[in-house]
Amino acid sequence: MTEPARRAHLVGVGETRYTKWGKIGDVTEHALACEAIKKAVADAGLSMDDVDGLASFAEDRNEAIFLAAEFGLPELRFANMVWMPGGGGTCAAVSNASMAVETGQAEVVVVYRSLCQGQYFRFGQGGPPRAAPPADAPPPTVQPASSMMLASIGFTMPYGLLNAAAAYALPTRRHMHLYGTTTEQLGMIAVTFREHASRNPRAVMGSRPMTLEDHQKAPMIADPHRLFDCCLESDGACAVVVTTAERARDLAKRPVEVLSSAQGTPKGYAFGPFSNANIADEIYATGGCESMAKRLYARAGVGPADIDVAQIYDHFTGCVLMQLEDYGFCKRGEGGPFVESGALAWQGGSLPTNTHGGSLSEAYIHGLNHVVEGVRSLRGESTSQVEDAEVCLVTAGACVPSSALILGRR
Amino acid sequence: MTRWFPDGMPQPLADSEAVAWWEAAAEHRLVVQRCTDCAHTRLPPAPICPECRSDGSEWHEVSGRGEIYSYTVVHRPIALDQQVPFVIAVVALEGAGGVRMISNIVDADPDELSIGLALEVAWEDMSDDLAIPRFRIVR
Ligand SMILES: [Zn+2]
Repeated sequence: MTEPARRAHLVGVGETRYTKWGKIGDVTEHALACEAIKKAVADAGLSMDDVDGLASFAEDRNEAIFLAAEFGLPELRFANMVWMPGGGGTCAAVSNASMAVETGQAEVVVVYRSLCQGQYFRFGQGGPPRAAPPADAPPPTVQPASSMMLASIGFTMPYGLLNAAAAYALPTRRHMHLYGTTTEQLGMIAVTFREHASRNPRAVMGSRPMTLEDHQKAPMIADPHRLFDCCLESDGACAVVVTTAERARDLAKRPVEVLSSAQGTPKGYAFGPFSNANIADEIYATGGCESMAKRLYARAGVGPADIDVAQIYDHFTGCVLMQLEDYGFCKRGEGGPFVESGALAWQGGSLPTNTHGGSLSEAYIHGLNHVVEGVRSLRGESTSQVEDAEVCLVTAGACVPSSALILGRR
Repeated sequence: MTRWFPDGMPQPLADSEAVAWWEAAAEHRLVVQRCTDCAHTRLPPAPICPECRSDGSEWHEVSGRGEIYSYTVVHRPIALDQQVPFVIAVVALEGAGGVRMISNIVDADPDELSIGLALEVAWEDMSDDLAIPRFRIVR
């Protein structure tokens, strides 16, 4: 057990403007990261000179060593990147930062994420746009894979499985087959998060109300995913400051404790349904997080009934629904009726979820904005504040190797 | 020679382990990798058996029949000149020890698809050296 004085706490959060993808072209992605980091450090009441660690995830293009040099940090004692791919690593980055401060490797670690999809490529398209091959192009053949990841997706790309909307439609379609889950139930998730976003001035879709009818009329992307089942593609950055209980005590804002954190990848899961057709049948139509969730709860000494508010990684509505089952808020297969009951609503719901609007309606910052909202919801600063919230679950991307946090204020 | 997808579709990427799988495919043989110690089957190819950790393996040819384990009807093209919608499916292969693979279902009306539907392989020769196993509904 970590000695109480060194227990990890989240003491500062910050973000830049959030926009539709491609709208931030006047600054570089790393300049945007710097802006979010500065704001989070200022929010904590700390100085950049106090920062001695930087942590990120998802093959971050904005390397900690360069950011540290740009900021003139006195010494970078901890620089860390998570192996969980994409948004699956969001909470693991906070977990790693927590371990660093708890073990004394560093005192103040900032977790950051910056995305300017217009400056690189749109994740939603699964890579740079493909041009027609020139008339004199050599005939199609097998190409060498230069990494394990490419070798893995090398078996799925030739079939056009390149974007996430199609990949995560596969477990969701099977969930519908096994349990009778409906597109209207998926739509309830999107509509609820959009309603939450309506009060959040940072939300990209804050002024665009959505009804279930709007959801049902939206164009189909990859069945059963309609447009509004898919998260936004955004530009923006955010950051979270992690330090020890002792240091947290006299800072600017009420600290939020990391009650527990976990990473989890089931046996044989690899990259999940994006490239793996051979996930065990028992967990194919799940978020893959069930066994991790049990460890997470046990370590925090709480259960699903103790969660006052949840920030659940919402790349796709079906992945939210399957996570609700993974994390024990309802039985396996009952996610559809659970969301249909209005459970996720800010007011009147049994599990108010994504009070910022989530990736479906606030912004897609690879889920680090969910950690930011988790902190705000326990400080009493959410724009859809759950009264007296004391325990918050934050999850990272599911249907990939994932991670999660339970945050608390005591 | 039937073509369903344009040349501009992403080409397979293979490490040295997987090249033999594509060589079999070029001969219209659908194979899975089978452990020579415990007979566990796997796909894509990998250097170690995840059940007994043996590094011994052989190629086991399967019938090319199977069924839909899950699927999605995709409405956005991947390549220029590609017809949409197109179908991506998880196909459970017959006689493959439970092994599934990602593929496409061709010559099908999306409305007739359902999980459990019987399929058979339909090879698409993209070039002299590259054949892609797609699937069609057994009618
Ligand atoms: Zn074996």
